[in-house]
Amino acid sequence: MTPSHRHLLQIEGMHPPQIEAMLDLAESYVLLNRSGKTQRDLLRGRTLINLFFEDSTRTRTSFELAGKRLGADVINMSVSTSSVNKGETLLDTAATLNAMMCDLLVVRHDQSGAPNLLAQKVDASVINAGDGTHEHPTQALLDALTIRRRKGRLQGLIVAICGDVLHSRVARSNIHLLSAMGAIVRVIGPTTLIPAECARLGVDVFHDMNKGIAGADVVMMLRLQRERMVGGLVPSAREYFRFYGLDFEKLAHAKRDVIVMHPGPMNRGVEIDSAVADDPVRSVIKEQVEMGVAVRMAVLDILSRESRRNV
Amino acid sequence: MSDLLIENVRLIDPATNLDAPGALLVRDGRIADLGHDIGRPEGIPVVDGRGAILCPGLVDMRVELGEPGGEYRETIDSAALAASAGGITTVAAMPDSSPAIDDPALVQLLRSRGEQTGRITILPYGAATRGCKGEEMSEFGLLREAGAVAFTDGGRAIGSSRMMRTALAYAAGFGAMIVQHPEDPELARGGAATQGELSTRLGLPAIPAAAEAIIVARDVRLAALTGGAVHFAHISTAEALDIIRRAKARCVKVTCDTAPPYFDLNETAIGDYRTYAKLSPPLRAESDRLAVVAALADGTIDAIASDHQPRDADDKRLPFAQAAPGGVGLATLLGVSLAQVHGGQLSLMRMLELLTVAPARLIGAEAGTLAKGAVADLCLFDLERVWQVNVGTLPGKAQNSPFDGRALEGRVVGTWKAGRRVFG
Repeated sequence: MTPSHRHLLQIEGMHPPQIEAMLDLAESYVLLNRSGKTQRDLLRGRTLINLFFEDSTRTRTSFELAGKRLGADVINMSVSTSSVNKGETLLDTAATLNAMMCDLLVVRHDQSGAPNLLAQKVDASVINAGDGTHEHPTQALLDALTIRRRKGRLQGLIVAICGDVLHSRVARSNIHLLSAMGAIVRVIGPTTLIPAECARLGVDVFHDMNKGIAGADVVMMLRLQRERMVGGLVPSAREYFRFYGLDFEKLAHAKRDVIVMHPGPMNRGVEIDSAVADDPVRSVIKEQVEMGVAVRMAVLDILSRESRRNV
Repeated sequence: MSDLLIENVRLIDPATNLDAPGALLVRDGRIADLGHDIGRPEGIPVVDGRGAILCPGLVDMRVELGEPGGEYRETIDSAALAASAGGITTVAAMPDSSPAIDDPALVQLLRSRGEQTGRITILPYGAATRGCKGEEMSEFGLLREAGAVAFTDGGRAIGSSRMMRTALAYAAGFGAMIVQHPEDPELARGGAATQGELSTRLGLPAIPAAAEAIIVARDVRLAALTGGAVHFAHISTAEALDIIRRAKARCVKVTCDTAPPYFDLNETAIGDYRTYAKLSPPLRAESDRLAVVAALADGTIDAIASDHQPRDADDKRLPFAQAAPGGVGLATLLGVSLAQVHGGQLSLMRMLELLTVAPARLIGAEAGTLAKGAVADLCLFDLERVWQVNVGTLPGKAQNSPFDGRALEGRVVGTWKAGRRVFG
């Protein structure tokens, strides 16, 4: 983890052995979860706070479950960013949490870099659960675990990430992780939704989805925010679906054993055809959710190791 | 009163192209004599310059004072302290305060508040539009009469082509220029960093470098159309400088300045979301920084201003995109500029010209020279003295320097305002 082993703020800068170790540990948690056993003594007496400045049922629940399976006391805090002065809230909250002796702080915020700022102000380990358009490290880890279990490796795979890359923290974390692990990463999207100098992140950029998807082992779809559909950066949802929505026709250009991923929640009929999303063979979307809990257990385990040693 | 002899100094005055060892005699707050053998009148207080450089007090043509309306960030008194420590004796004050400087009485107030400090002359800019809102032109004639040196909406660009055309034309009738913050407001809206690989990696809303060139290109044409004079503040991109260079060759009335961050730092200073390096315009790519350095040397850039923008900790301790842009610059103006002299990119004479007589002429200030009879606004600095910028210990109230930790060579050791020592 960078820059210290105390926090998980971003994938960028992480080394392949660190990623590998985390995935291996998560793998063991998958087996543990499936066996129905628990490890409730690991984080007993420790406090995990889910601090969400942005709504998210899926990620919050996943962290909550991960914390509880390891025996932590889990508290959910939802803070509305619209109603109060944002800056005061963030720093005041940091001070409050410090006074509560929180051990693990899971943060979701609509501003890039907010977890970095919190990490400077609190004693707890900070885990970035998605910050603005920056990163979503645990999503990339769970995606990697899902791919690795299906394909047996990451090295050399062709992964096509498709959609609103400009605003996607999921895309950024995945690009960093997958290219670090030796996958060939492509991004596909309309020119207005691809960020500046994207190729400098080590990816190939496509605007024609059929070409971008050709020969892919993995197709990873991104969510298109509703407010960006109409007239802003793309003219309409139907035009977007025509050129960048994933249906079987476009998917036919990929490898026969391609897997389809989506971080959720999905806009069916906008970025993905329902039939593709529900395809029992190729869609691994439900498996991603399962991997999410295991990966987050592994992250909580690793980040709390040092403090557990000191007790 | 205010009689003084400063001896054993290297006198440098770009206005008269003077660079010679000697002494300088002050009588009644004005420069009475200077040179090699001017003698020592009986009973006069003597300052030994110990071989340091004595130049005109610096003239800073872009300063946000904090008053009125932003006193929690900076006051005129605290800004004056910082200016004295930086060798600055004349400042031109931004009008986009609260209230905006769009009334003659406010112009007079700022001028007299400057006199009261005894440290700096404040030359106010008048608001180009009422409230700096970009909608209605303010009273250029009355503001000019009250002492406004030029017109600008400060950190806000005059975005409407129609308003800019009118302002340039009308101001020309009163012999005043329009100072523009050259940034297309629509392209810059919501932006926090310059567009490029770094903004993509950090996931920050970006402003393309072209946002500057677009307004510069437009306003050059409007200046040619109206015969008005336009001055572009804090130029930061190679593209804008190319347009200005060509416009100058065609004798359009166009001038520009830049600020130390744009020739000393590049975009990488914001890495890890350092909000103290969040500026407006944003720090640019290294290629742009190099273009700014070249333009200082070749004369495309007419002056260096500190672009002092005081912010308090609460303005900055926020997620990057929400933090207020701006950095303080009074105390570090000379030190950071001298790095270009030590690095061999600019001569000392040219650098001091950019900091004294050049900005003085642009804003019509009677300052920036060591000529006999001139007011004795003086800056004494040691070209070799090494120091480090430490946020928290800077003179003045606001501490939001983008240069925290920067080691500098060259430090002010004494400042005089009208012959009275105000620093050192």
